[in-house]
Amino acid sequence: MTIIIKNGRVIDPANNIDEPKDILISKGKIKALDLPGKINFNTEEKPSVIDAKGCVVCPGLIDMHVHFREPGFEYKETIKTGCESAAAGGFTSVAIMPNTNPVNDTRAVTEHILSLAKSEGLVNVYAIAAITKKLAGESLSEMGDLKNAGAIAFSDDGRPVMNNELMRRAFEYSKMFNLPLIQHSEMLDLTEGGCMNEGMVSTELGLKGMPSEAEDIMVYRDIALLEKTGGRLHVAHISSKNSVELVRQAKSKGLPVTCEVAPHHFTLTEEAVRGYDTNTKMSPPLRTSDDVEAIKEGLRDGTIDIIATDHAPHDITDKHLEYQNACFGIVGLETALPLSLKLVDEKILSLSNVIKKLTSTPADIFSLRAGNLSLGSDADILIFNPSLEYAIDISKFHSKSKNSPFDGWKVKGKTTHTLVRGKTVYSEKTN
Amino acid sequence: MFNLKNILGTKSLSKEDIITILDTADSFKEISTRPIKKVPTLRGKTVINLFFEPSTRTRTSFEIAGKRLSADVINISEYSSSSVKGENLIDTALNLEAMHPDIMVVRHSLSGIPEMLSQFIECPIINAGDGYHEHPTQALLDLQTIREAKGTLMGLNVVIVGDIAHSRVVRSNIYAMKTMGMHVKLIGPPTMIPLGIEKMGVSVSYNLEDSIKGMDVIMMLRLQKERQSKYLLSSIREYSNLYCLTSKLLEKAKDDVLIFHPGPVNRGIEISLDVMKSERSFILTQVTNGVAIRMALMYLLLENKNDNNN
Repeated sequence: MTIIIKNGRVIDPANNIDEPKDILISKGKIKALDLPGKINFNTEEKPSVIDAKGCVVCPGLIDMHVHFREPGFEYKETIKTGCESAAAGGFTSVAIMPNTNPVNDTRAVTEHILSLAKSEGLVNVYAIAAITKKLAGESLSEMGDLKNAGAIAFSDDGRPVMNNELMRRAFEYSKMFNLPLIQHSEMLDLTEGGCMNEGMVSTELGLKGMPSEAEDIMVYRDIALLEKTGGRLHVAHISSKNSVELVRQAKSKGLPVTCEVAPHHFTLTEEAVRGYDTNTKMSPPLRTSDDVEAIKEGLRDGTIDIIATDHAPHDITDKHLEYQNACFGIVGLETALPLSLKLVDEKILSLSNVIKKLTSTPADIFSLRAGNLSLGSDADILIFNPSLEYAIDISKFHSKSKNSPFDGWKVKGKTTHTLVRGKTVYSEKTN
Repeated sequence: MFNLKNILGTKSLSKEDIITILDTADSFKEISTRPIKKVPTLRGKTVINLFFEPSTRTRTSFEIAGKRLSADVINISEYSSSSVKGENLIDTALNLEAMHPDIMVVRHSLSGIPEMLSQFIECPIINAGDGYHEHPTQALLDLQTIREAKGTLMGLNVVIVGDIAHSRVVRSNIYAMKTMGMHVKLIGPPTMIPLGIEKMGVSVSYNLEDSIKGMDVIMMLRLQKERQSKYLLSSIREYSNLYCLTSKLLEKAKDDVLIFHPGPVNRGIEISLDVMKSERSFILTQVTNGVAIRMALMYLLLENKNDNNN
């Protein structure tokens, strides 16, 4: 099967490309890339044409932080529906967090997830395995075996590694395998019982707060440990001003520290919690406008390497509850692109840089063979219309869960086609 | 024109709303002193008291208020969280609404429940206290009691003492008192002063003794032992040493100071027995006025509803 994508604006940050080009795909690989109308192809095999006029053509997006709930919580999401949601949002690669039931802390679970993904998943699925067995924070998982089974990083996401010595040993131990540790940074003793950022709004609403220091202290602890032991740290969903500054300092010392931010943390503040909509409840919580400004500065100056969604599907039964009792988290795969593109309108990042933080940079950090349009690479491609305004409609989400605070938001940046290895896994017309 | 659908908090009440409520309550007060304490105003109306948290004073006050207006009052006490019990809280409310009540009075140990329920049901809701968010009827009865004793609210100085962080009474009183032009000072140990509360237009101090002078109202809060994390206080003894209102401290106060407490009182912890029993104490007047305030709110909400139907 040969496909030609014509008349699009091709943006491929890894190869410094941002110009009108046609792309020829053959046998699932990128065969040729040239100025519009310049590609010569074998006339025996007539290619099918995708007209990308007015659209951006870029590498398929990569999300290094999703929860697909299978095995264990299939009523919230499955690998199949999660991948469908990813495809609809323009993502061609996702990395699944290990807090399933059973936890992905053994080779058997990793293999199970990857085999399900291979048979049912529309997009490329990577597995992140647990740092500690059962996410219990007591003993290290079999990182070597997990790596052999396909794990590309380790994380106890949702449950920070609280024990200092254990975290130190995890950095040391993981060095053997040269895989990063992803930390959900939160000192649990400071956030116990909390359900939103601590501050003026929590005081008014009478909700127990989760202070940003809880994040900062653990970010600093991990950097301090890493400075001695080596290893690699990736800070998940950074949300506070001081944490951004800590990562900035660590980077200036040349330490192997990277971090990600979720779109909701640069789009919303704690003010959104007023009204007690449980779709504003996530961990880390929505913070203040100061924090949002610091995050934008971190995105601008490169302190924040990548954008990742923390896609956390929850069924309505877990969200239609008292604010304090509702589950943490929101779905993100189908809103990440338009929310990230707002950064371009706000002149925080160029379009190419937004795409870079969703493609080639995550690929570099996690050593994935993805995130670029180089000749011969897999044809994982996103085509989107950057200027068409539309309203987000949660009832149209492909995810099994609809827990999003962005319903009805007017945004720009609609996925028109998502291709994985040359196969169209989502197109606007058929959906 | 009073046109509120729900009473979720005092934050959303205008000065005119508050004056209407207090005036209406004043006029209803007399009913409770009659030999036959009942008027037919709300005959045929149904009030459901939906209490998810233990309460004696507030629940009884709402029940008596409804009954004195001839409404049918149903009490439901459900002291466990809906998610623990099994039935979703929203489903509980929808089921009750299907029986066509005219008002639901909601009390819950978690903040935000009345506001959340108001997004799912049409029946008017009166918040009878939610977590440490708001307790509007308490603040309104406090204002009524102050106005009755002082003749005015504008410009009065109030000090509220105790566990500010875990008090819904404080938040409702701050909004209502600020709206009525009063000056509010908060006193308590720093561990019980929540972050950013100064932004609500109040001043904060840690020292009770220095803060009594010149005050028109001293409002003592209950030390909510059941809400405390273990790190907030060194001991009840030390709390009492620092923040108990005694007759000795009271010597520094104005002669006509009013002493308030929303109850229930921990005798000897927040307030000494002699101060509690003194003529400056308006604690029982607060309770009496509570019935009138709740009668007024039920009347105003339903009167408004009838107007809309016409």
